[in-house]
Amino acid sequence: MSSAPRRALLAGWASSFWGMLTLRLLGVVAIVLVLSVLIFGMMHLIPGDLVRNLLGLRPANPETIAAIREQYRLDDPFWVQYATWFGNALQGDFGTSIRYQVPVADAIAQRIPLTATLAVLAMIIAAVTAIPLGVVAARFHQRPVDRAVTGVSVLGLSAPAFVVSLLLLYVFAYYLPIFPVYGGGSGDPLSQLYYLVLPSTALAVGLGAILMRLTRAAMIEALASDYITFARSRGLSETRVLLLALRNSAIPIVTAAGLVFTYVIGGTILVEAAFALPGLGLMLQDAVLFKDIALVQALVLVVAVVIALLTVAVDLTYAVLDPRVRSRRRAS
Amino acid sequence: MTAPSTTVIALRPAPRAGRGGLPGLILTGGVLAAALLLAVLGPVLAPDALEQDILLGVTPPGTPGHPWGTDELGRDVLQLLIAGSGSALAGPVVIALGSMLLGVLLGTITGYVQGWLDFTIGRITDLLLALPVVVVAIVVAGVFGSGYWVTVAMLVVLFAPSDIRLVRSAVIEQSARPYIESARMLRLSPWRIMFRHIVPNVTPIIVTNALVNFAIAIVALSSLSFLGVGVSPGSADWGRQLDDGRALLLSNPAASIAPAIAIVVVACAANLLGDVIAARAERKGSAE
Repeated sequence: MSSAPRRALLAGWASSFWGMLTLRLLGVVAIVLVLSVLIFGMMHLIPGDLVRNLLGLRPANPETIAAIREQYRLDDPFWVQYATWFGNALQGDFGTSIRYQVPVADAIAQRIPLTATLAVLAMIIAAVTAIPLGVVAARFHQRPVDRAVTGVSVLGLSAPAFVVSLLLLYVFAYYLPIFPVYGGGSGDPLSQLYYLVLPSTALAVGLGAILMRLTRAAMIEALASDYITFARSRGLSETRVLLLALRNSAIPIVTAAGLVFTYVIGGTILVEAAFALPGLGLMLQDAVLFKDIALVQALVLVVAVVIALLTVAVDLTYAVLDPRVRSRRRAS
Repeated sequence: MTAPSTTVIALRPAPRAGRGGLPGLILTGGVLAAALLLAVLGPVLAPDALEQDILLGVTPPGTPGHPWGTDELGRDVLQLLIAGSGSALAGPVVIALGSMLLGVLLGTITGYVQGWLDFTIGRITDLLLALPVVVVAIVVAGVFGSGYWVTVAMLVVLFAPSDIRLVRSAVIEQSARPYIESARMLRLSPWRIMFRHIVPNVTPIIVTNALVNFAIAIVALSSLSFLGVGVSPGSADWGRQLDDGRALLLSNPAASIAPAIAIVVVACAANLLGDVIAARAERKGSAE
């Protein structure tokens, strides 16, 4: 059997929707694997004696040294060490944190709720404010409203999250003392939410600026297209016309979601530092400072996996949003 | 790249587009030039910015001899701000130019030649683009130590992928045009076609992007120095100054608010200048 038809069949599959999704998934898995090798290998690059670094504050006697060498398989080749570590990591065992003296997985799990709430709250605030503003700016393209909104978005893009945090702290701590300015609040969820109002607003400013610009650009394109002219000529109300355009604008907005996620991840670290919030960001800084290698490896791997999962989620969202992607048979 | 927005402008002829006008160019360019001048002249204007006066300690703005007051260590806030402009701006300039250079070189080659090199570099840029800068910076600084130029070099590498992608797609778009076809028929060398024919035609995109990168780099670098990555404690730098001044919000708000505003103003000017140049290039393009 000649290979040409088979190759053509393969090419056809690769350009169909499920083929593309499978290829993307494989790509994402490959990226996570490459990153995990880098993350693991990093520990050998840290200056100083590796065993001593891994021991941290624990006493360095023959038994503990032997235990560490055994745990990390330091007498075996690099690939065996890596495979052992990655295998354990897949089962949720990242070793013990030398800083917190508990299993790394537990230490991380304890911090997830705060950081996740902060990120989600910021995304909600940003979406609720930025998308309508973007629509309005696009609807009144090149008019004063558009200029004002775009100008504010430049300000939002140019103000780092920690600068916004500082300004909010200043205003709310001394002039409008209605929100708490430091810490994560007590255990109950409502008080935590209350403590997160200012931090998530600080994070939402930059995020909103990005989102607003994306929405505006996509809406300007959509509003200039023929189907909108046609919808208007059929006498649809302006609200319905805008909703129609917004639905078609969703695809370019979602395409840029990766940018938004990396911004959120960097931003939570800055905001947590500015507001002294005990989340994953502060934990990462702490872990690096105290050379808590197991914890650093686990945190970075978690970040990599979260980004990978979000990338796949974005690809799936395309299919939901755009029937053309779902029924795609041939590469365009 | 610019085609869709050009059609939008053609469809909706604005009476007089304010953006891209001369006043905007002068204002934003002026602010940037002034900031860069301040950074260059910093050592002359504020030679003893780091001089401490522990006995004096924190003073509010308006203290005799210290118009913006002093910080915890008795250092003059205004002098510190002037001296800090050096490390706050030198790095972003290098980052913007360095990533632009990498972007033009690799983006043009991968866009014009394509093939396996394009594929390899494409996968590497995919990988780098998925990395959150702040996380990488914190970890790299923890592993290799956090020197200023180490941090700048790392940011060049992390900024380059978006430049490579941008230039690559612009080059691919240009490669299909008749003038490149005729250059090929004349048997000009690929090197010459790429860098003498294609690159000059994508220059507006490159310049705009470099300015936007400069703005992002200011934000990124000052964020890192706020977190203690890249600048040593006690040195003059806007991010660092802001972090040091945070505890003094009540006694001398200027200690942290002055660098905060400086960062925002310079980043804003760079962003707006990028917009202005893009609008001018677009209008020139649509006038043809």
